[in-house]
Amino acid sequence: MLNYLMRRLLYAVPILIGVNLITFALFFMVNTPDDMARIHLGAKQTTPEMIEAWKAAHGYDRPLFFNPEAEGLGTVTDTLFFNESMRLFTFDFGLSDSGRDIGEDIRQRMGPSLALALPTFLLGLWVNITLALAVVLFRYSLVDRTALVAAVVLMSISGLFYIIGGQVLVSKMLHWVPISGYQPGADAWKFLILPVLIGVVSGLGSGLRWYRTLFLEEVEKEYVRTARAKGLSPWQVMRRHVLPNGLLPILTGVVVVIPTLFMGSLVMESFFGIPGLGSYTIEAIQGQDFAIVKAMVFLGAVLYIVGLMLTDIAYAWADPRVRFK
Amino acid sequence: MMLTLLWTDTLVWLLVAMLAAWGWSARRDRLVLERWQAVFTSRLALTSALVLAAYVVVALLDSVHFQLAGGQVRSLLDLLFAHLLENTERTYSAPFATREFVKSVVQEGGVTRQVHLPLAHVHPERFWPDVGLGLALGTGLTGLLWLVRYGVSPIFKGRILARADRRLFWAVLWAILTVFCLLWALSRDFHVFGTDKVGNDVLFQALKSIRTGVLIGTLTTLLMLPLAIGLGVMAGYFKGWVDDVIQYLYTTLNSIPGVLLIAAAVLVMQGMLENHPEWFGSAEARADLRLLFLTLILGLTSWTGLCRLLRAETLKLSQVDYVRAARALGAGHGRILLRHITPNLMHLVLIAVVLDFSGLVLAEAVLTYVGVGVDPTMNSWGNMINAARLEMAREPAVWWSLAAAFVFMSLVVLAANLLSDRVQQVFNPRSAD
Repeated sequence: MLNYLMRRLLYAVPILIGVNLITFALFFMVNTPDDMARIHLGAKQTTPEMIEAWKAAHGYDRPLFFNPEAEGLGTVTDTLFFNESMRLFTFDFGLSDSGRDIGEDIRQRMGPSLALALPTFLLGLWVNITLALAVVLFRYSLVDRTALVAAVVLMSISGLFYIIGGQVLVSKMLHWVPISGYQPGADAWKFLILPVLIGVVSGLGSGLRWYRTLFLEEVEKEYVRTARAKGLSPWQVMRRHVLPNGLLPILTGVVVVIPTLFMGSLVMESFFGIPGLGSYTIEAIQGQDFAIVKAMVFLGAVLYIVGLMLTDIAYAWADPRVRFK
Repeated sequence: MMLTLLWTDTLVWLLVAMLAAWGWSARRDRLVLERWQAVFTSRLALTSALVLAAYVVVALLDSVHFQLAGGQVRSLLDLLFAHLLENTERTYSAPFATREFVKSVVQEGGVTRQVHLPLAHVHPERFWPDVGLGLALGTGLTGLLWLVRYGVSPIFKGRILARADRRLFWAVLWAILTVFCLLWALSRDFHVFGTDKVGNDVLFQALKSIRTGVLIGTLTTLLMLPLAIGLGVMAGYFKGWVDDVIQYLYTTLNSIPGVLLIAAAVLVMQGMLENHPEWFGSAEARADLRLLFLTLILGLTSWTGLCRLLRAETLKLSQVDYVRAARALGAGHGRILLRHITPNLMHLVLIAVVLDFSGLVLAEAVLTYVGVGVDPTMNSWGNMINAARLEMAREPAVWWSLAAAFVFMSLVVLAANLLSDRVQQVFNPRSAD
């Protein structure tokens, strides 16, 4: 297992280099630093001197991959690609185009992002699984069919409508919680409860359908009939036999998501004014701050790969057949 | 009047031509025909398909552009709803309202008062005549189609619907046509979904948004399919280093969070458009080019899922007896891939295409909200929702833009979801019982 994980870790390196190559190609080759300078300086009559000065100030005046003027290792290291992209491997994100320390920003904004994403994830998981088990209990009945229709309808409504609808109903008309904003500490729940609930509801449709399919496959198997025959109640069969056995496919879909929870939700955070990484990313996108977007892409890729490795570990933990192979 | 096709228009009609060609070549294929007949035995699927067809027809009407004498570019849909382009008000007004939503300051004989001014293009007395006209037109059109269907029967054999519920088919068709005609007739004398901040008709915006949504849902898959099929089949068939390279490619792309990759690509694309104003002649062409790039980007970022699926299926297929027999008989790689493997993957491709459509329509709204979607000047449900966000915060709230976007968007996504469920059920051999 350790051996396998080591190989997995090594395999991550070329993937991350590939990710960096993609972002680098997007940000520095399709749009040259000259174009970037022109976008940032804004005015139509930018002089070549102004562009050179902006590039020098942001360190964008180096050659792309190969620097013939430098000596020794410098031919490779004193280049844009090495400085802008490979440096990310040490989690040194550098400065944003507006001059702020990206690493520090990320550390500060991770907290609120997690405070929103983690409860949404856990509550969503619990609601989806419980409802799916209940629906499978009444499989092929009117309850099942109604739930399926409801799930399709829920799925067909854009998440944006849930957010706007929830904000208008709960905050604007009923005045139960503030519309948006955030406060660290004990009062945070007031700002988080609405986005968490909306997050759970908007994920309910697809979640219910997915888990229902998984459990339905499991419930048709022989051991379920045996468990019933030996006198367990239907709900106990679900909880003690179907749920643990259905856990394996659930793990593949769920564990990979956990690390990316750090990244926060773009739309939720910006609608509810939560100062997390999601709204950070949106601000960077809208302000065309390439340095931040590049850092977030790298971070997202790292977290995804961590998620894949966690999935393998979880698999080995849940399934002895994998563990002892 | 001169026909001018925008880039996306050309691609849409190309897609229509391809579908028609595929339908023509598959018309003798009993298996495909029977599958489709089975799809439409479900009443829900039949209804959904008709609703989707209505959206597609509107989108196609909106994809034939003319250059008028005055230089403006108008589509067939614009000409059909020309009255809505002209009947603009000054500001917000509620659906079917006769007066403006916001009070204005008026001076009457030295007295300053705040009143809701009457709207310029509303004629309440023509409500019932319009309803009558709409009903008559809708029924008339349905009758006409019915006559064509049964009068010129040999042309339209309707074989795909052979096992469908005929009465339901005509009832739903009548309902859709009548609703459309009612909207058309009423829109001449009312603002059915109200007007927006600068007095533009919201119904018109929602109708124009149909093209954007349908285009993103279909063109993206069209652009993605060659990549997904080509790479997936090659990886599964040739194995070895080809497989390694392709797997590396899609794992790398997959590990970048979807929205971020799209956002990064769109940012770059925006920069490119800013630096190359010579690529487009007008604002419409610019928005259109941006839409084209957006579908391209969405296509480039969304082929990985299908590719992985096709790779796994090809791995299985390349060991099947008939493929080995073909190989033993001396068939080349190209022949085996084209004649024996790819046709047997088509059900997966079809399911993916139908399944992706609704997701892409929903994605457009989110991307536009984030600021990396379609052009802000383009009519789209995402832009409508975006604007509605501020309107809902007003007191009292301006709800009709949001409501219109909600109705138009949810209906098409719901129909697509229901149809894709049925298609999946019928075409997936594993779920066949």
